[in-house]
Amino acid sequence: MTAGTQEALFQNYISNNYSYDELLGDDGILRPHWQTFFNSFSQLGPGQIQERAQDILRFLKENGVTYNVYGDDPNGVNRPWNLDSIPFMIGEQEWNKIERGLIQRATLFDIILKDLYGERLLIKQGLLPLELIYHHTGFLRQCSGIKLTGKHSLTLYSADMARSPDGKIWVLNDRTQAPSGSGYALENRTAVARIFPELFNGLKVRHLSPYFIALRSSLESLAPSKALNPRIVILTPGPSNETYFEHSYLSSYLGYTLVQGEDLMVKDNFVWLKTIGGLEKVDVIIRRVDDVYCDPLELRQDSRLGVSGLLQAIRSGNVAIANPLGSSILENPGIMGFLPKLARHLLGEDLILPTIASWWCGQPHELNFVLDNIEKLVVKRIYRESRISTSVNTANLTKDALEQLKKNIKAQPHMYVGQEKIAFSSTPSLIGGNIEPRNVLFRSFLVSSGDTYTCMTGGLGRTSAEPGNFVISNQLGGISKDTWIISPEPGYTLSSKKDVLKTITPSSTGVLPSHTAENLFWVGRYVERVLGNARFQRTVMQFVTEGNRLQFDADIETEQKLLQALTDYTCTYPGFTGDEAEENFKDPWPELTDIIFNVERQGSLSYNFSLFTKAVNTVRDHWSTDTWRVLKGMEDDWEAAANSQLTNFRMISALDNLITSMVAFIGLNRESISREQGWVLLDTGRKIEQSLLLINVLQSTLTEIASEEVEYNLQEAVLKSHETLMNFRYKYKVHIQLPLVIELMLLDPTNPRSLMYQLERLKAYLSSLPKTKKDYSLERHERLILEAFTLLKLADKDHLAKPDEKTGTHKNLEDLFDELRSLLSAIPMVISRKYFKHAQGQKQLFASEDDTTI
Amino acid sequence: MAHYIVTHKTEYVYKEPIALCHNIARLIPRSVNGQVCTMSEIVITPEPDTYKRYEDFFGNHLAYFAIEQDHIKLTVTVTSDIQITPAILEFHEYPTTPWEEEAKNIIANVEEHMDIRQYILPTDMTVITKDVRDYALQSFTPGRSFFEASHDLMKRIYKDFQFKPGLTTVSTPVQETLRLRKGVCQDFAHLAITCIRSLGLPAKYISGYIETIKKPGKAKLVGADASHAWFSVYIPGTGWVDFDPTNNHMPTHQHITIGWGRDYADIAPLKGIILSSRPHKLNVSVDVKRID
Repeated sequence: MTAGTQEALFQNYISNNYSYDELLGDDGILRPHWQTFFNSFSQLGPGQIQERAQDILRFLKENGVTYNVYGDDPNGVNRPWNLDSIPFMIGEQEWNKIERGLIQRATLFDIILKDLYGERLLIKQGLLPLELIYHHTGFLRQCSGIKLTGKHSLTLYSADMARSPDGKIWVLNDRTQAPSGSGYALENRTAVARIFPELFNGLKVRHLSPYFIALRSSLESLAPSKALNPRIVILTPGPSNETYFEHSYLSSYLGYTLVQGEDLMVKDNFVWLKTIGGLEKVDVIIRRVDDVYCDPLELRQDSRLGVSGLLQAIRSGNVAIANPLGSSILENPGIMGFLPKLARHLLGEDLILPTIASWWCGQPHELNFVLDNIEKLVVKRIYRESRISTSVNTANLTKDALEQLKKNIKAQPHMYVGQEKIAFSSTPSLIGGNIEPRNVLFRSFLVSSGDTYTCMTGGLGRTSAEPGNFVISNQLGGISKDTWIISPEPGYTLSSKKDVLKTITPSSTGVLPSHTAENLFWVGRYVERVLGNARFQRTVMQFVTEGNRLQFDADIETEQKLLQALTDYTCTYPGFTGDEAEENFKDPWPELTDIIFNVERQGSLSYNFSLFTKAVNTVRDHWSTDTWRVLKGMEDDWEAAANSQLTNFRMISALDNLITSMVAFIGLNRESISREQGWVLLDTGRKIEQSLLLINVLQSTLTEIASEEVEYNLQEAVLKSHETLMNFRYKYKVHIQLPLVIELMLLDPTNPRSLMYQLERLKAYLSSLPKTKKDYSLERHERLILEAFTLLKLADKDHLAKPDEKTGTHKNLEDLFDELRSLLSAIPMVISRKYFKHAQGQKQLFASEDDTTI
Repeated sequence: MAHYIVTHKTEYVYKEPIALCHNIARLIPRSVNGQVCTMSEIVITPEPDTYKRYEDFFGNHLAYFAIEQDHIKLTVTVTSDIQITPAILEFHEYPTTPWEEEAKNIIANVEEHMDIRQYILPTDMTVITKDVRDYALQSFTPGRSFFEASHDLMKRIYKDFQFKPGLTTVSTPVQETLRLRKGVCQDFAHLAITCIRSLGLPAKYISGYIETIKKPGKAKLVGADASHAWFSVYIPGTGWVDFDPTNNHMPTHQHITIGWGRDYADIAPLKGIILSSRPHKLNVSVDVKRID
């Protein structure tokens, strides 16, 4: 690299004197691995770098990588993940020490955990104060005495680290309950490797995969029955959880079923997964649910996220859970100050990695120190309360607030810890095309592995949103970084392919959780609802745009009938029916626009689209990357259309785009959806919705007797909106007439838009659902579809088309629609009761609530 | 000595068949100082598919059971045979050490008082406020002995508070009880415990039964007794000493202990989870029958 380009590259890189700089050595010269890195980096040139940085963000967005932010902010849910193009680098030699330090720490915490839920010698011998443990919400008395098999109780451990101004790596936080971030780390690596492969030139960057291989074998070894293929599930709180993306990502990456509490049940002291094929025994649970929420029977009674009786199953040794319930006791900043002594006592070693200095206020001496030096400290509570910041930087407090804090500490000293403030080193970050210093911290991940722990050779780096800020939190909008461990030795080369474990599809079919099945069923229904609405709206709008509206009576009547049919179809009453109809007929566009884009209005296209995206997100582990790309594109386009001033023509093209993307979504699922039964459920939903919508639209356009011209227009519109007009002309080569329309739209099994076609498929899907009856008799949903199918099969087009003067309708047709509708709309209820029956609410029983006591 | 047969029957009636329920019962009395539980039988109908008995963190007897078949009624009947030989101390036999000293003594001796110290910490149901502490300090005057102050606290709660069922629930906060000046035995026990903890002293919640005396000339009604609750304080050198603020009485041979915890939540007699969103009906009857 020439001096010139290097200067240009760093013209904005102002190194802060107060903190260690990752980039430059003490002599002010680039560290060797950065030298190599920036050689590759500058060769790309500023234009390329900018473009690729954008590519990274697009790649992550298309892969659906998100981090949810809690709160009322509507943009909070599914916030896109932000990744810096420049990684955080650690040299191999330094890494070795970090790795040893982390393994030591994990080992130490494992021993502490076992003691606290066993003999509690550490408390008895005065090595840990009773109040620090017993008053922590993570100390679960219910878990005391539970015997766990295996060398370690603490399966997973992770630590947040940062470098202080003197260049030392410090541990800031310990994560022992359900450490998150490993999936993000992997996805970050995948993104950088895919988009900036040149940056790895000349650098031996260590793989992440050994960690995941160890994770898999560690989890398998936890299985109580030593089954050959233990069933392992990931227990998630659900799609609104901040790291839900990761739960579903790890689920597909590791091949473990993603479940919510209501998917599981405890019976005979075993844990079972409710699938549409029946109950499947679960051997190991990886939990992402906080421990107190895991069992409403014994822990938090108001929890909807757990499984009643889970602790009993664990106590009986019939299921293993990682990390064990109660392990959040270790996420206790008050313990930090005791670690050096504990390490010497329990391991006979000094701590390899220094811990940020902490003073637990439960001790008189420490309390006084914290009170006297409070301005210089960060004050934390010993346990985290969800969503409330438990850490206070006293420098930001007003005098009054500081006094109040002191008062609180004095009132409950054992609840507080004072910690020294440390500055983090800064590391180069690509911000808006410039390289700027940002403070960085990083998290690494460990998993129990035989007698020791395996550490991920890499991790999740995070930088602050603004320079000089040391509060780094995803909730506050930080930027993530890939973390590279640089090996000087040969043998470690990067190959992104090798970094990806072979993804295992769940071995047996029939492991579709009922809850997932239900969501897939609804995705199917919403797909067709959106598609049907968009198509019909497009047809109506085309007619309104193109028709010589004010010249022919028949056209005016057709238009009004179509608009009414649209209101019927979308159930957006009163709309073009009722009192306001006349007004709306005069200028239909405001109402038409409203039922397309008004997301608040039930039945509008935007409303249905939002239900669709919500349903899609609840089963996100089922969509392939390609499918995500289509989904995200569709969402963006639709949002853009909804937020812009649209001409009639552009509105129609927005519908065109939506229809095209939705068709692509359906097509991709045929290829990608992994679970066969999931596909059946999704398709069942689609076919039921399609049939019901078709019946609605045909009933509101074809059954009423009108003038020949109007009937013709309506029939044409129906054919057009179902993309069957060409088919009609090709097949019949005569002008449009009711019996032929009936034949083509209702009875023709070769027309993929006909009702017969939908019912035939529906019949096949329904009969492939798992059976509960042992004999040859039909399930209830099979009876319903068979009846509907037979009814349609026996129908005769000329009989149906016969006008009935008395009612002014084609009564036979009308009757058929009524019968079919009542049969078909019963099917979802029957399926739901049979296959999705978990939907029942959970209730607590208390004897004493209304007990008599004296 | 007193000898009792206690029968505690709990019945749930549901509006729809329940396919699965998980329950935990803490209804089997423990044997403690002066109280021996020679037999305790628990009968559950329908017969549970899973049943397990063990001791919890506090040493209370606990029965876990699950019913995995459709049922519209669940009955849990516990029959226990209890003998009580109370050790009654005269007032002057209690230590006269000032309560402030006792608070320090308890903290100082880590190993001996390890089990005791957990009862000093506040819990979700015993939240310490300034009002509670002020109320406590009226009994805990400087230099008074722990026993005397606790006894006075019991007396004051009995005097200041009206026994009134139906006003409060198991989750009524202590602060609220203090404001209402009304409540039932749980509320009074929680209030007393919170008062004592606000001063850095240990107190625990006792769940049990009390023998009610029949009115003269009338036969005692079977099932008219009830479960009861009171509090206990730990006085170094003496041990746990019970006080019943509902009756202004130090339990002797008429109080039968089931078990204890830091508050009600640790020793709730029966709790369960069912899958149903419809209401249920509950009937509880307790019969404390004195044999001799």
